[in-house]
Amino acid sequence: MREQTAKELREKLAAGEATACGLTKQYLAKIAAGDAAYHAFNTVNEAAAARAAAVDKQLAAGLATPLAGVPIAIKDNIATEDMPTTCSSKILEGFMSPYNATVVEKLTDAGAVILGKTNMDEFAMGSTTETSYTGVTKNPWNTAKVPGGSSGGSAAAVAAGLAPVALGSDTGGSIRQPCAYCGLTGIKPTYGAVSRYGLLAYGSSLDQIGPIAHTAADCAAVLQVIAGYDEKDSTSAKNVNFDFSTALHDNIAGKKIGLPRNYLGEGLNAEIRAGILAAAEQFAALGAEIEEFDMPMMDYAVPAYYIIASAEASSNLSRYDGIKYGYHPESFSDLEDLYLSARSEGFGPEVKRRIMLGTFALSSGYYDAYYQKALKVRALIRQAFDAAFDKYDAILSPVAPTTAPNLGESLSDPLAMYLSDIYTVAINLVGIPAISLPCGFDAAGMPIGMQLLGAVWSEEKLVNLAHAYQMHTDWHEQTPTHKEAE
Amino acid sequence: MEIDRKMVEYVAELAKLRLSEEETEQMQQDLTKVLQYMDVLNQLDTASVEPLTHVSGVENVFRADKAAASFGRDKILQNAIAVEDGCFKVPQTVE
Repeated sequence: MREQTAKELREKLAAGEATACGLTKQYLAKIAAGDAAYHAFNTVNEAAAARAAAVDKQLAAGLATPLAGVPIAIKDNIATEDMPTTCSSKILEGFMSPYNATVVEKLTDAGAVILGKTNMDEFAMGSTTETSYTGVTKNPWNTAKVPGGSSGGSAAAVAAGLAPVALGSDTGGSIRQPCAYCGLTGIKPTYGAVSRYGLLAYGSSLDQIGPIAHTAADCAAVLQVIAGYDEKDSTSAKNVNFDFSTALHDNIAGKKIGLPRNYLGEGLNAEIRAGILAAAEQFAALGAEIEEFDMPMMDYAVPAYYIIASAEASSNLSRYDGIKYGYHPESFSDLEDLYLSARSEGFGPEVKRRIMLGTFALSSGYYDAYYQKALKVRALIRQAFDAAFDKYDAILSPVAPTTAPNLGESLSDPLAMYLSDIYTVAINLVGIPAISLPCGFDAAGMPIGMQLLGAVWSEEKLVNLAHAYQMHTDWHEQTPTHKEAE
Repeated sequence: MEIDRKMVEYVAELAKLRLSEEETEQMQQDLTKVLQYMDVLNQLDTASVEPLTHVSGVENVFRADKAAASFGRDKILQNAIAVEDGCFKVPQTVE
C-alpha cells in the first residue's frame, strides 16, 4: 500500500470526498498510534483540529488555496508562534518564538494544516538525528537504523505515513540525505529562493528550507508556495517565480545529464553505484543524453564546508547567552558565570565541537590559514560547477556513500561522519539546487537515493527530470513493509 | 595542525564554553584530527583566488526608514530569565 500524496489529498478535498478536519484527525491519530516507534515529532500541534475546521470553512466558501486542507509537518528549527521551537537542543527547551517564520505564514496562507514540529540533529548539526536532545529518531524502514539527518524527523514522519509532506532545512545535505535513507523525494532550493526569516540560523550563507515528500510533484507544489522574495530576509532573491505546472511531464528528450565518474569510484557502496547506473540508463531510455566526466575538486568540498559552516555557526550561536531566551542555569555567581553555565550546560557535544572548530578558524592568527583559505577553495569549487553546467542540464550523483547506518554507529568518530557528507556539501557551498529521489533498495531492503544537481534557478528542469523518472519507476511508491503487516 | 591543551582552553574562553577535564581532552583529540584532515586544502594554490563569502551576489540591501508595528513587549519577555518593570533583568555588569 503506498501512501497518499498531497496532490491526491488536494483532489479529494476539491471533489468533496475528504475534509481538512477528517484528514487532520486521521494523521493525528496515526501520530498518536505510531510515533512512539519512531520519535519523528518533538511537538504535536494541539491547535491542528481547530485550524482544519477553519480551512474547511474556507473550502466551503469556495476559496481554493493551493494547499487547502493538506497536513504538513515542520522541522523544529523553523519558528512557530503557537508551538515551541527547540532545534532539538536543551538550550532552547520550551522556547516560544514571538513570530512565525515566513514559510509558516506562507503555508498558512496557502491553506496547509501544521501537524507538529519534527525532531532533528541539535541545531541541524549531524547526519543521523542522533545528536538531538529529545532522543534519537528511528528509520521507519528498519527501526535499528538512523533516518539520516539533520531533518531526520521530517523524513521519518513522511516515510512512516504520519504526514504526507514536511519541511526540512538543508545546510550541507540535511534534506537530501534523510530522503535517500528513507526512500523519499526532497529539494534543496537555490540559495535565496526561500526566505530564511524564522529559520534558526546554523550556517547563514548555506541554509535553505525545502520540501520533503513522496514525489517530485508534491515537492514542487510545496516549493511553489514557500518560495519568493521576503523583505525580512535580505539574502532572499527578487523575482523568484517558480511555475512547475509546465514541468510535470516525461518529455526529457535531448536533456544532457553529466555522470561524474569520480563520484562512483572507491568509497561508494557497490549497490548504490549499481542503482545510480541503472537510473542513468532509465534517463537514457527516456531520451536524455548521458555523458561521463570527471568532476574536479571533489576531495576539497568537505574540509572547506566544515570550516565555513562551523565558523558561521560559532558566530550565529553566540546569541545563546541564557538571558533573553533559552536555557537558564539554576544558579550563577555573576554575569560571566551565567553565560558559561547556560552555554556549557545547554549545548550538546557535537554543537560544542563545531563552535570550538569555528571559533578557532576565525581566531586571530588562524583566520587566513583556515577560514579565508576555505572561502578561496569555495570559489574554486564554484568555478568547477560553472564549467560543468556549461555542458550539462544536470549532474547525476549519489547522495551518500552508504544506505542508512545502524543507530549508534556514527557519533564516536566525528571525522568519519563529516566525510559521509562528501556528495552533498558542495551544493550548499555554491548555492545551487538539487533534488534527491529514490532509485532502488539494497539487499537488506533499505532505500537507495540519487540526486540531480542543476545550475542556479534550474529547479523547474530538475523537477521535470525527477518527475519523468517517477512516471516510469515505482521506487517512490514503496512504503516500509512492516507497516503493511499492521 | 596539532592542537595543544592550551589552545583548547584559549578557544573555549573565546567561545564562552566551560569544558570539563574529560571534554577538554576529547576536544583536543577531535580538533587535532579534524584540522589535520583540513590541511588537505593546502594542496591547492589559491594565491590569485578571491574568497567567496556569499553565493547570491546580493549587495547591501537598503529599505525606507519607516515605522512599523513591533512585537508586543510580553511576547519578547516571555522567554526571559528574569523580568522587572517590563525589562530584562540581568546580573550586575559594571562595578
